[in-house]
Amino acid sequence: MSEMISVRIDDISCEVEKGTTILQACKSAGLRIPTLCYHPDLEVAGICRICVVEVEGMSGLQAACAFPIRQPITVRTNSPRIRRARRVNLDLILSEHYGDCYTCVRNGSCELQALAREYGVDRYRYPSTTAPKFRIDRSTAIVRDQNKCISCKRCIRTCIDLQQVSALETANRGHDVLIQTAFDKPISEVVCINCGQCINRCPTGALRSNMPNELLWHVIDDPEKHVIIQTAPSPRAAIGEEFGYEPGTSVTGKLNAALRRLGFDNVFDTNFAADLTIMEEGTELLTRLKKVLVDGDSSVRVPMFTSCSPGWVKYVEHYYPEYLDYLSTCKSPQQMFGALLKTYYAKKTGIDPEKMVVVALMPCVAKKFECNRPEMSDSGYKDVDFGLTTREMAVMIKEAGIHLKDMPDEDFDHPLGLGSGAGLIFGATGGVMEAAIRSVYEIVTGRPVPFKGLDVTPVRGMEGIRDAALTIENPLPEYQWLDGVTLKVAVAHGTANAKILMEKLKEGRLDYHFIEVMACPGGCLGGGGQPIPTSPEIRAARARAIYSEDHELTVRKSHENPEINQLYAEFLGKPLGQLSHKLLHTRYTPRGRFFTEGF
Amino acid sequence: MTAGIRAATDELQDVLRKFGKNRTDLLPILVEINRYFGHIDSNSIIEVSRYTGVPIGEIHGVITFYSFLGQKKRGRFVIRLCRTISCDMAGKDQIVRVLEKELGICFGETTDDGMFSLEYTNCIGMCNNPPAMLINDKAYGGLTPERVVEILDSFKLSEYQDMFGYGGVE
Repeated sequence: MSEMISVRIDDISCEVEKGTTILQACKSAGLRIPTLCYHPDLEVAGICRICVVEVEGMSGLQAACAFPIRQPITVRTNSPRIRRARRVNLDLILSEHYGDCYTCVRNGSCELQALAREYGVDRYRYPSTTAPKFRIDRSTAIVRDQNKCISCKRCIRTCIDLQQVSALETANRGHDVLIQTAFDKPISEVVCINCGQCINRCPTGALRSNMPNELLWHVIDDPEKHVIIQTAPSPRAAIGEEFGYEPGTSVTGKLNAALRRLGFDNVFDTNFAADLTIMEEGTELLTRLKKVLVDGDSSVRVPMFTSCSPGWVKYVEHYYPEYLDYLSTCKSPQQMFGALLKTYYAKKTGIDPEKMVVVALMPCVAKKFECNRPEMSDSGYKDVDFGLTTREMAVMIKEAGIHLKDMPDEDFDHPLGLGSGAGLIFGATGGVMEAAIRSVYEIVTGRPVPFKGLDVTPVRGMEGIRDAALTIENPLPEYQWLDGVTLKVAVAHGTANAKILMEKLKEGRLDYHFIEVMACPGGCLGGGGQPIPTSPEIRAARARAIYSEDHELTVRKSHENPEINQLYAEFLGKPLGQLSHKLLHTRYTPRGRFFTEGF
Repeated sequence: MTAGIRAATDELQDVLRKFGKNRTDLLPILVEINRYFGHIDSNSIIEVSRYTGVPIGEIHGVITFYSFLGQKKRGRFVIRLCRTISCDMAGKDQIVRVLEKELGICFGETTDDGMFSLEYTNCIGMCNNPPAMLINDKAYGGLTPERVVEILDSFKLSEYQDMFGYGGVE
């Protein structure tokens, strides 16, 4: 127990742990301090000076977010001086911000707009910026509009500290400061992994995803096109937030109904493809292990890393291109599904794949980049036509006048609409690992995993890196070579944590067999396309929604999904078979950590 | 040409070898490269990134933060005139005119012979003796138009002595 210090804030007396900031103390005392550059996931910056308060005995106003309490103090959070200072700071920030609220995707979720409303701003007190100074920079996934940037550096702290990608930088100093990509190159040419975490944390509309909505409406309205949507588990656990539900409310059934009314011809479950991923990736893992442990094949790489997260894949392509062989060759569930829809499903239903449009509802901005990769066309067509984020889908549902809360609960279409609980938990960090353990252990030993209720709890949670070990005993005859082998696995989320593992791998100190990495903190449920805001509490709530939904399902292991078994029987043959190789596996591009196109 | 680049790269590696490879070594490395080559070009940034593991964006950010580090080639003598209040009130503008006229360049430019660069700086702590300027590491205070001409002449003279090797005054 650390030292407690008594604090008086306005009329409230309380005790706080030494080192608590005034902002945290106010929050625990039930007082609200306005903030702008502060974000619960990020290092404190103390830049915007919106959270200023008076501390008795100190002459200047203090930034509440950056003031650690070390001795008893008396704080005032509301005085003429404080209100004036906050208003002046806000007015100065507004004078630098260019852009109309009603043409902005963040209209309604903009923190600057909310502050302006809170402080009764009804005019620009200082000369406002009347013309754009910067060109809008867009990649397939991300759009940067520096005109709206207020230099709070949340994106910088996200990109450099939280994710350690460093695609963004702070150039210049003082008034001339600019938030830009390295050397101000187009964002498509720098080491951006498209994780979109900066978007989730940008208080304004300076960073946003590249919305395909208008094009998508065009396709939906075209009677010639057969438009199919697959939905990932994380958007279902989060899209409710855009419609007034508490974080952690899963709205799968209602969303299915809404999507049908929106005009999608089929609504499928990406969890189905997640189960397929487990079959392929699990088999790949066992194959690799056998080659290493039995055959002593030194060309095969272990540990094997998961490859479901396109942000993580691009991170490895940029920062660890010489380690690409360690990634599983499996495509992500989104891409596997697209490749199957335009081959297996097209053949089964007689729909011309040329007229088929596959949309993926994802929590992820990097999925847009992924579906546009040139190699992702193994079906003979573009496997997935659109990657749509949770936020973008919420806009479309609202635009169509659909009240999500009033929707009935509807099921997915079948086949390809049945996902197991194992596929569902892909949405949370540790989920792919848990799903893999549930299946691989049972395939090898013929017995279910030795965990109560199939909950592989050691790989769950929100710690940055978690690991677990599982000893194989009495395996089935064909897996005798694994008898007594202790399988060691690790889970990392956020590329900064993944980097720790990769550095260990570089030094030859990484003693695992299988590692799950998700580029975003919290896994997919904290993805860059998810509703704004995000915080550790919100992500934990979404994880709870996903895990409780898993408990409600009857099929909770990928290899027991009857539709998966049907798919192998009717079409693919066996995991890692010839057709699987063609449709479900991919290759990677070494990109390096400088520029994609040189200086 | 290729040989020249090769040589520059070798020299750069020699400079780098003098330092550690930690994040904290970044600034000393940049200061040294800037001193040695007169500027830090894109190639150097990439090499520093390779050496220290610090991403190029962050290195670029550090270089643009410090006005004494630059990506553009500067002259052999960088003249930095203080533009802050005390010097401004003590007749900075007059000094600006003399410097520009004597060197035939504007602020932000370098003379064609690569000898002098003109820049502004914020306060250099010479408020007791304004207006003031720095020439490389040396500070000159109490500037008057006459004194500026004298100072420039002394630099030009020493430079010609270096170049042509004839006897010096001192």
